[in-house]
Order: sequence, then structure tokens, then C-alpha cells
Amino acid sequence: MSEQTTIKPSIIVDGVHKRFTLNHAYSLKDTVVSWIKRRKLTSEFEALKGIDLVIGQGESVAILGLNGSGKSTLLKMVSGVMEPDEGQVLTRGRVAGLIEVGAGFHPELSGRENVFLNAAILGMKQHEIEARYDEIVAFSEIEQFIDQEVKHYSSGMFMRLAFSVAIHVELDVLLVDEILSVGDAPFREKCRLKFEELIEQGKTLVVVSHDMEMVRELCTRGIVINKGDVIYDGEIEGAIALVDK
Amino acid sequence: MCGPVTETRDLFAAVPRSEFDTPGRSRGLIDVVRWRYLLRLLVRTGVTTRYRNSVLGWTWSYVRPAAQFLVFWVVLGLFMNLDRGIPNYAVYLFSGIVVINLFSEAFKNATTSIVGNAALVRKVFLPRQLFAVSAVIVAFVHFLPQVGLLLVVCLFLGWITHISLLSVLAIFAGMIIVMVFALGLGLFFGAINVRFRDAENIVELMLLLATWASPVLYGWYQVQDAIVGTLGWPQWIVDLYLLNPITQGVELFHFAFWRPVTDAAFAIPPGLAWNTLWTFLIAVATLLFGQFVFRRLEGRFAQDL
Repeated sequence: MSEQTTIKPSIIVDGVHKRFTLNHAYSLKDTVVSWIKRRKLTSEFEALKGIDLVIGQGESVAILGLNGSGKSTLLKMVSGVMEPDEGQVLTRGRVAGLIEVGAGFHPELSGRENVFLNAAILGMKQHEIEARYDEIVAFSEIEQFIDQEVKHYSSGMFMRLAFSVAIHVELDVLLVDEILSVGDAPFREKCRLKFEELIEQGKTLVVVSHDMEMVRELCTRGIVINKGDVIYDGEIEGAIALVDK
Repeated sequence: MCGPVTETRDLFAAVPRSEFDTPGRSRGLIDVVRWRYLLRLLVRTGVTTRYRNSVLGWTWSYVRPAAQFLVFWVVLGLFMNLDRGIPNYAVYLFSGIVVINLFSEAFKNATTSIVGNAALVRKVFLPRQLFAVSAVIVAFVHFLPQVGLLLVVCLFLGWITHISLLSVLAIFAGMIIVMVFALGLGLFFGAINVRFRDAENIVELMLLLATWASPVLYGWYQVQDAIVGTLGWPQWIVDLYLLNPITQGVELFHFAFWRPVTDAAFAIPPGLAWNTLWTFLIAVATLLFGQFVFRRLEGRFAQDL
């Protein structure tokens, strides 16, 4: 084990490029027609232009940047939803993403069934879910509606339950994409405390957000991405100053 | 942007790669076994939500095949006299139809399973084969009441006194072959469907042909008579026809359900036993091919959806 640095890396992003192919043909017919007319089928858009990053274990890092700068793409690469075209992404331990919580919810199922379904989607084992079930429901504060179908929930209730499931997943690395604005002020405060608890436990936190207040409180390191390149990597205040101006 | 970069470069060299995982790397169908708890939940969701908010609920699983059967029986059997030469035509027809239904349902559901779960595929990483596998299992669950119906009719006709171990084995072999084949095709077309929604329509077309390409409404010997007798083509075309996994599934079901209750049944197709093995291998080969294509395209699902 090489110990060149004091911290063990938890996420390594090594020269990652991501290109998106913008399709101009949307069906087999379009493809054939364009091909016959020798028209260009696609054009390319480079979302990430060779990103190098190392995030150490226990660090809480904010990734900042304007819309369309490639933040979310980077996060999707780390979570495994997308694969880099070039370069390599490596992670250690269990990675869980708070990326659009509620994606796995089924409106026709009750809150209880959805807790199990969604936790399983996020990679939890049956006994882990059973052990944490009460905690999850208590955190969401919707005990009395838990046996109702989720489609009858208000959007706030829905988000709280979804968030609560996601935050209780057994994990080493937590990826958070723009969902810090869940629910009302008391619930947000609760979420913030939960994040701080995770940081204290030595979990790695990667946050993509535009909520500078929340980011300032949670993160110690900031990375600014602009048009697919890292333009700043260091103290959080510097990153915020760079983005806010 | 000078300091951190060199540090990073040093780290890349120093870090032992073995401790790390590459996110998004799946092990294909092996992962489905590891995620079996989620698979179970997905199947349960698929089964329980299907008839949610409908008054008749699960009765629909009986009504549809019953109506289908009735149409075929009345039109083909009574009006067109296609049943000549096939005694006990109703049972013959129904035992074939349930196999075709299993195949259609499994194939169609598996094909649309990736696009149908787009919200999840785009946001969360999980083995996407799960969706196709659960679609096939849900189709199987819906197929069970139909087999139950068939079983009741056959019991009524004295099936139990003619039953042999071989018939029971034939039922299982038929179901396995058809489901493996459907999963293989479903993975292939499901993966293509992400990029080209034409796949869905191609599948519809294939399913339309599948009903007629197998001896469901007619007897296999009629194919033999037509190809060898009328057209004078070589016998191997008939053999090829019988190597269709769906045809084999249908024939195995005929063997298991129709044959025991029918006195004057015509001869079983040549090589039924060996064809079970061959068609099983064809189905497995289809699955491996579908799986291969699926894994090649899987990395692009999230951005293509």
C-alpha cells in the first residue's frame, strides 16, 4: 500500500473525456434517407474535455459551474450510469447517488412497498432495508401515510420519502445532484444535519449544487468546471467566489 | 491550475488499481443473480400493478385467451373445417395458443422493458438486464392461469389416467425453451429499441408471424404434406421448420396436453426428443447473442434514451 499522501483516494477520475453524439436522424428511415443523401447523420459535442480529479476518502467536495458545464455528466460517470469515452473512472467502496431521488418510485405502490423497491434499486440488501425501515420512515415524517399509494402523496411528501430512502443507503461515497432543496425549512435543516453526520462518519461526499449557502456549510473543497474543463480546484470559498461573480 | 495536476498524476501511478471498481461495469446476466432481491420486487411490482384499478382484475388473464380461443375455434374449426384430421381440435388449439401467448408476452415485454424504465436507466446504475428478465418472469406468471385453464379442461377429459412422467417433463422443457428464446430475442431487440424505436414494430410483426409459423392452428403433418408432397421440396426444409424453438414448444405442449386425451392422434413429429435438445441449444445461443449485443450497447443507454 503506497502512502504518498495522507488521504486515501476514494474516487479517481483520470483523463476523462465524454462526447455526446447529437443525432439528426431519429429513426431507421431517417438514417437511411440521410445516408442516401449523404447528409451528416450526427454532430459531436464534447461535454468533458479530459478531467483529472482525485477525491480522498472523507472529503466533502462541491462541484460548481454554470448550467451545461458538465457537472452532472461527471457525476453520472462516477455513479456508472454513463461510461467515459476516454480515460478512466475508479471508485472505492459502495457508491450511492442522490441523483433525482424518486426515479424508482412506482405511483401505484404504497409508500411502504416503494421504500423497499427503491432501497433495493439503490443496491441495498433485504436485511439491510428491514433493519433500517423504521429509521427511513421516521426520517421522512410521513408515518401515517406510509400505507397509502404514493400517487396520492403531495409532492413534498413524495420528495421527503424518496430522499429519506436514498440517504439511508449503506454507502462509502455519496453523490448528491441538486436535490438539497427538498421540502420545507425544517426538513432541509434535518437533511443538512444528516449530511454533516455522514461527513463525520468519514463518508465521502460529492455535491453538485447551485445553493451556495448549503455548499459553503457542507463542503471544504470546491471544484469549478467550465465547458468541460476544471478551472479551479481548492478551497471552497475561492470556488464560490469564482462562480458567484 | 498547476499544482494539483502534477499531484494527481503522481497519485494515478501510485494507487493500486485492484482496490477500485470501475463504475458501470456489469457482469451481464450473472449480476441478475446477485440482485435477485430487486428482481423479486420488480416481478412483484409488475404482477400486482398490472390489474390495479380494474374491476375484473386477474379475470382478464382468463378472458383474453378465452376470447382468442373462441374466435379461432369457431372461425377455423367450425366455419372453415380446418379441424378435419385433427381430433379434439379445441384442446389442440388451446395448448398451442398458450405457448404462443407466453412467447408473445415475454418477448414484447422484454423488448419494451428498457425504454419503459427510462427514468431509472438514465439516473441510477443497476444491471439493466434485470428489467428484461423480470419482464419475462411477469409474462410467465400471467401464463400460469392459462395453463391452469388448459389443465382443468384436460383433467375433465381424463388426462390424469394417461399422464406420464414424459408429459410433465415436456411441459417444463417447452416452457423453458420458449422463455429462454424470448429472453434472448427480448434482450437483443430491447437494446436496439433504445436507439431505434422501430424495433418495437418489428417485434409486433414477428409476433404476428409467430402464430402462423408454428403448428398452432394446423397440424405439423400438413406442413410436411405441402412441402414434400405438393411442392416436392426436400425433407430438410421440414426439419428446419421443426427446429423453430416456438414450434418445438408448441409440439411439446401438444405432446403433454393434447396427445394423452386424444385417441386418434396423428404421429408425433420426427425427432421430437432430439429436437428438444437442439432447440434448447438454439434458444441458449440466442440468449448468449442477445446478451452480447445488449452488453455492447448498454453503455450508451443512459445517453440515448
